[in-house]
Amino acid sequence: MSAGACRVQIGVQEAPLAPEALCKSLPVAGAVVTFIGNVRDFNAAAEVAALQLEYYPGMTQRSLQAIAEEAAARWSLCAAQVVHRVGRIAAGEAIVWVGVCAAHRGDAFAACEFIMDALKTRAPFWKKEYGPAGSTWVESRASDISRAARWRLP
Amino acid sequence: MLRVLFFARLREQLGCEALDLKWAPEVNCVAALRAVLAQRGEPWQQALADDNLVAAVNQVVADAATPISSGDEVAFFPPVTGG
Repeated sequence: MSAGACRVQIGVQEAPLAPEALCKSLPVAGAVVTFIGNVRDFNAAAEVAALQLEYYPGMTQRSLQAIAEEAAARWSLCAAQVVHRVGRIAAGEAIVWVGVCAAHRGDAFAACEFIMDALKTRAPFWKKEYGPAGSTWVESRASDISRAARWRLP
Repeated sequence: MLRVLFFARLREQLGCEALDLKWAPEVNCVAALRAVLAQRGEPWQQALADDNLVAAVNQVVADAATPISSGDEVAFFPPVTGG
């Protein structure tokens, strides 16, 4: 299946994510892989009550679209959907949702993981953590960069 | 004219989220713009000396040599931490 036959949809929103509704919006397919990223209530030994998610209006959407289209070009998919929240997000709430549909699970698993690894290292979002001790900007992690590097084509 | 945007920690360090700069022929690439901004004194000089900063020209990630011309939107920001 070519990238053209894959339905690519991306979204950036302040409203809470509705994973059940998002799942129902996916087309019927042999394999459906979804991923939900939730805000952890701890990081670097500090308690986290909430995050503030900053983004770059315009570039963030372009970046998510490019990542989803890249997945659709590399694997045989019938849908690739990414929705990311911005603004204030409480611990325990979902921050990102990815849904991938394919005829076979191999393509769906790989594409979903690729999308998350690429998003973590390429999409312009920045997290600020709020806890009892105040607020701090989250540092990028070397482990995210090495995970994303696994997908580099030779 | 150039539109210059700053995000996240860098935006806070500079106390500035957007600037409109008059474009000049010597501001012809990302590195040149960065040097001009650093000349604004502190906190600009120190904040822009961070090697980890990412630049984007017209919403596409750029490097030091990426050309800039009048009307462009240039952004500087720390490494991304979404997802």
